[in-house]
Amino acid sequence: MQNTRVSHPTKDARKGLGNIDWERMAKRVVPYAYLSPTVLLLIFLSLIPIVTVLYYSLMDNVIITTKPPSFVGLDNYIKILSDNRFIQALNNTMVFAAASVVAHLILGLAFATLLNTRFIGAAPKALFRVIYILPWVFTASIIAILWRLLLNPNGVVNYVLMELGLAATKIEWLSSRQLALYAVIFINIWAGYPFYMVSFLAGLQGISDDLYEAGRIDGANSIQLFRFITLPLLKPIILSLAMLDFIWTTHQFTLIWMTTGGGPVRATEMLSTFTYKLAFSSNEFSLASTTAMIILAISTFVAVFYVRNQRLNRD
Amino acid sequence: MSTSPQRHLLARTLTLIALVIGALFAGLPVLWMFAASFKSNTQIFAYPPRLIDESFSLASYIAVLTNPQQLRFFFNSYLVAGLVTVFTVIVGILAGYSFSRYDFRFKNVLSLAIIGVQSVPPITLMIPYFGLIVAFKLYNTYWALILTYMVFTLPYAIIMMTGYFNTLPRELDEAVMIDGGTSFTILWRVLVPISLPGIVSVGIYTFMLAWNEFLFALTLTRTNDMRTVPIGIQLLMGQHSFEWNQMMAMSVLGSLPVLLLFLLFQRYFIAGMSAGSIKG
Repeated sequence: MQNTRVSHPTKDARKGLGNIDWERMAKRVVPYAYLSPTVLLLIFLSLIPIVTVLYYSLMDNVIITTKPPSFVGLDNYIKILSDNRFIQALNNTMVFAAASVVAHLILGLAFATLLNTRFIGAAPKALFRVIYILPWVFTASIIAILWRLLLNPNGVVNYVLMELGLAATKIEWLSSRQLALYAVIFINIWAGYPFYMVSFLAGLQGISDDLYEAGRIDGANSIQLFRFITLPLLKPIILSLAMLDFIWTTHQFTLIWMTTGGGPVRATEMLSTFTYKLAFSSNEFSLASTTAMIILAISTFVAVFYVRNQRLNRD
Repeated sequence: MSTSPQRHLLARTLTLIALVIGALFAGLPVLWMFAASFKSNTQIFAYPPRLIDESFSLASYIAVLTNPQQLRFFFNSYLVAGLVTVFTVIVGILAGYSFSRYDFRFKNVLSLAIIGVQSVPPITLMIPYFGLIVAFKLYNTYWALILTYMVFTLPYAIIMMTGYFNTLPRELDEAVMIDGGTSFTILWRVLVPISLPGIVSVGIYTFMLAWNEFLFALTLTRTNDMRTVPIGIQLLMGQHSFEWNQMMAMSVLGSLPVLLLFLLFQRYFIAGMSAGSIKG
């Protein structure tokens, strides 16, 4: 994005012809003209909303109220941070995101390595690749009801587990307080790994065969080749994927909303569902704005590292 | 390869077994969704479960496709996702051109802002959007969705288009300049036509993001005639006592556009998917 260069020496050469200032002015405006729709959209869709939500979080009685808004400083933050429901939502979100990211990395890398194998031909490889990407094609609300069907106590997952002797009774995957969080984590893992896999596959294909050949001549086995060639070369991709995924997973709303709605008894309540309920079920827009700001802060914190990592990759 | 034939065969077999297990993990749930959409609702949880049973019919598809309400959800989704794609691609091309070919003040700040917007949680934007959209009298309209969707489709499109334009040599621009072309001629007549593969990737990815969006559609529309497919599927869940077969048929139909884009334009689809993480 920062590809800079002095443009068009032919035009600069016309300096001193009288109308040059006008022309230079016009030229200076050109890049902004191209960017004007973007800048307008960014101002209206990002800048103003973020300032607004920050303002709401410092006020009481906003949006739907009978009393006039009043400035309360950090009171909302103190209130939220000492609210057990918030702490539980924060905990759930961190567990959900951390477990998803780790599993996505492992599965994505494993599947990408499998698909990159030299042991099978191009045609079966292409077929497997299509199948492996499939979960990515479906939207979160469809994935949610699909897994509600599969994980239904009378559903096919329980049938298979009981046939294999792995479960004695029908398990209430999504309505048990002990299991629901693991169930939604599993669903999220299934839904998200293809994104990693595709990126890793691109990364793996970028690694020259010569490196592996050299490694083999030096007597390295496959595990050592993976450990000392593949992993270090994929490290930048691994880092940026993990950070992006962490950010996205902490934002996940649809999947939770449509599988458990945050229940049973807040067992799968996430920051996103908690914020939504505060705003649109309880009309606590100030408190909702406060949690919204906290989610933004967490995302921004990770995003700073992400951008730094991207910068390093570019150099 | 220095390995013996036996070891090679073993490795091949193990790889194939692992590949098949992975394919079952990825594909079986999807297969089950297709299968369930052809069953009658009473057979959904039949014991023992079977992929195809005697209740096989197209009844649930006919039920969905003859219901004007459901058709409206599809119409809305196609309209919104289609328009978001068109606007995003146009605005993205203009911005990408500016980033790729010009040097200007605030370039760094702007590009950082665009990357940064990608990490803003939708839930954070939802509350002020609700206020803004109501204030601009756009609540429960297509524009409410089209405009707000662009906040997450546009950054990606700009990053992708900038990257694509950066790969095209500047000598092209200079040739047009010497022939007396303006900067817009360069973009429109030269860069856009040769960037078509990149534009297709951006378009497909944008369409997919817009087609799948849930949170803004849930909060910024109210009446059923404005709802999109993802919300429609949720409504189906509450309306009747869980018409599983219809929900699955609707899911299949709701996934069809993205599934077709994926199968037909696999290369572009995958390029779009990985671009988000590698470039940036």
